[in-house]
Amino acid sequence: MKEKRFWLRTVILAIMLAAIGYTIYSNVFVEKKTIQVGDSAPDFVLTDLNGNKIQLSDYRGKGVFLNFWGTWCKPCEKEMPYINSQYNVYKNEGVEVIAVNAGEAKVTVQTFVDRFQLTFPVVIDQQDQVMNAYNIGPLPATFLIDKEGKIVDIITGMMTEEDVKKYMERIQP
Amino acid sequence: MEQVKCECGHVNPIGTVLCEACGKPLEEVPMLLDMRYEGSARRSQTYNQTIVDKIWNFFSSVKVGVWLIVITLVASAIGTIYPQQMYIPPTVSPAEYYEEQYGWLGKWYYALGFHDLYSSWWYMLLIALIGVSLVICSLDRVVPLYRALNNQRVTRNEQFLQRQRLFSRSQVKDYENALPRVVDRLTKRGYRIREENGNILAEKGRFSRWGPYVNHIGLIVFLIGAMLRFVPGMYVDESMWIREGEIKEIPGTNGKYFLENKTFIFEVYEKEKEKEAFQAAIDRVGSGMMAKNYQTDVVLYERVGSIVAGEEPKLKEVKSFSIRVNEPLKHDHYALYQVDFKLNELKSMSFHLTDKQTDKSFGTITVDLIQPEKEYDLGNGYKVQLLSYFPDFYFDENGNPNTRSKVPNNPAFVFKMFAPDRPKGEVSFTAIRQTIEPFGDNKYKMAFAGADTRHVSALTVRRDFTLWILGIGGTIFMIGLIQGMYWNHRRVWIQRINEDVLIAAHTNKNWFGLKKELERIFNDTPFVMPIDQLDKRS
Repeated sequence: MKEKRFWLRTVILAIMLAAIGYTIYSNVFVEKKTIQVGDSAPDFVLTDLNGNKIQLSDYRGKGVFLNFWGTWCKPCEKEMPYINSQYNVYKNEGVEVIAVNAGEAKVTVQTFVDRFQLTFPVVIDQQDQVMNAYNIGPLPATFLIDKEGKIVDIITGMMTEEDVKKYMERIQP
Repeated sequence: MEQVKCECGHVNPIGTVLCEACGKPLEEVPMLLDMRYEGSARRSQTYNQTIVDKIWNFFSSVKVGVWLIVITLVASAIGTIYPQQMYIPPTVSPAEYYEEQYGWLGKWYYALGFHDLYSSWWYMLLIALIGVSLVICSLDRVVPLYRALNNQRVTRNEQFLQRQRLFSRSQVKDYENALPRVVDRLTKRGYRIREENGNILAEKGRFSRWGPYVNHIGLIVFLIGAMLRFVPGMYVDESMWIREGEIKEIPGTNGKYFLENKTFIFEVYEKEKEKEAFQAAIDRVGSGMMAKNYQTDVVLYERVGSIVAGEEPKLKEVKSFSIRVNEPLKHDHYALYQVDFKLNELKSMSFHLTDKQTDKSFGTITVDLIQPEKEYDLGNGYKVQLLSYFPDFYFDENGNPNTRSKVPNNPAFVFKMFAPDRPKGEVSFTAIRQTIEPFGDNKYKMAFAGADTRHVSALTVRRDFTLWILGIGGTIFMIGLIQGMYWNHRRVWIQRINEDVLIAAHTNKNWFGLKKELERIFNDTPFVMPIDQLDKRS
């Protein structure tokens, strides 16, 4: 009787604890529900400003620094030169940058790219398809993708040049 | 296990206050018995040995449960002092915003998670603990209560009877002949009668006692439903803005569905167009002031073939539909609701290339404001280049033209105008009601010639597989509530001890109703109506 009671209570408490643990974990400690660190990065195809098709899966074997941005977004504007200068260092180490613009007019994007003399491919997500696939909320957002195509980290908010360097090192193959 | 044996012979679990069978007080009790839970042993109070028991006993306390609810209420109240995160401007970082706006209080508000209260871990924990308290409190009370009600005997201990709130003791002549009449009346009033050695227990509405527990089961089911929303795929709640003429992927569908906005319709009640009966009402608010209809005519497409985000999709039409408020487009468990709109967003703007002196026009260009062309050839050596485009123009803190968003709210352009007599081109910065010529006086200008607009519709995308669980939980909740509220558990004991006839009665609520019922039952009989002992003492 005493044994039975102990086990009954333990089982009921354990079930409730598991339910609570799962709820809180999935809510607070996992960034987004549809895409998270450890997932393989959803493939996408977009066209860059020179008309070249850029497909993520073609970058297997390299680390990909995937940055989502808009010209109106001040933190994006600040971090872009950092990304550019670190890209010039790490592109020889097998790290590629793809900057996905949030569906702005080509002219607007081109002006911005010229102004900061960006050398990495800049693609425009005209229909929000890639933004949806990566569940992008506020800009900027950066996905670190390793050479196997796995998402290593998701960074929301502005990065310093030091941060950018650190992140590129992490995905260096 | 320790047990307590009553003098009637029934063996009770330890901690029992009133014997389950005969009702004799087993402990020191007040004059009038506390009949809550039938004086049964609440399990929590009896065992306290292992850590599991200690946790269990903590949550078994109603006091703890009430405190958890109070803390949650206070936290919820604090959460309304400053705006929640969803109401602050989306472009600012919440960490900075709260401190800037509200000082150190705002800083702590943010740090403690009050800015997004329902998603903060400790708030969820509080709700979860209330759930735990609910389960354990209920289990700890319903099991002993069931035992006690199930084990009760007809013949009760004298003390149990005389310590009931409604009680009388008298000598009844001709008890045997008078009793059937009373029993008959009790039966007619829906009491179930049990008889033992000429003693009577009449009982009805016992199921009302389970009401609170049924209610709690409903709450638990509801909480489980709410919890399931966090399981991926169970719950989608997204929103999308879509312009007239646009085809867009529907967010939350993993790229499977696309939507085309054919047209957005906004209608108002107008005086001439409505029936006579509505004229006064329309006059009161003003003609054309009251919305009549918000409607988006859409076409739903399904993407065929493999899905690669960003690729030009191959689409198959699924259906056409007119989405109106409360009339969502439903397909594949998804529902698209009309939630918002924006009238007359700029679509394109036209300009004449004009000689400033003579006002002569050399052609017109139309600039699409979503995807403008880079060059517009007007023939005869006249052409216009678009150097820069700012859809939502403002001067930033460095004095440079910039854009606030990608929405064409306030478009501005940097044009380069070429003419046979200006082969190198002239640069003009053109915004609404504003022209700047950065490199001196130009011969030509871009004169505004008109604009095209279109409406934008906002839709909410929903998919909810938890709704039926919430529905079942809510229904069980209501059943439990009704069960406990609209029925009373009433008992009447009639017992002969030596020459005296003892009558006692108990109800879990509505004592007034019970007294009225007893009056009707004992009217015109030799029995003495039980007296409310609470009245007698005061």
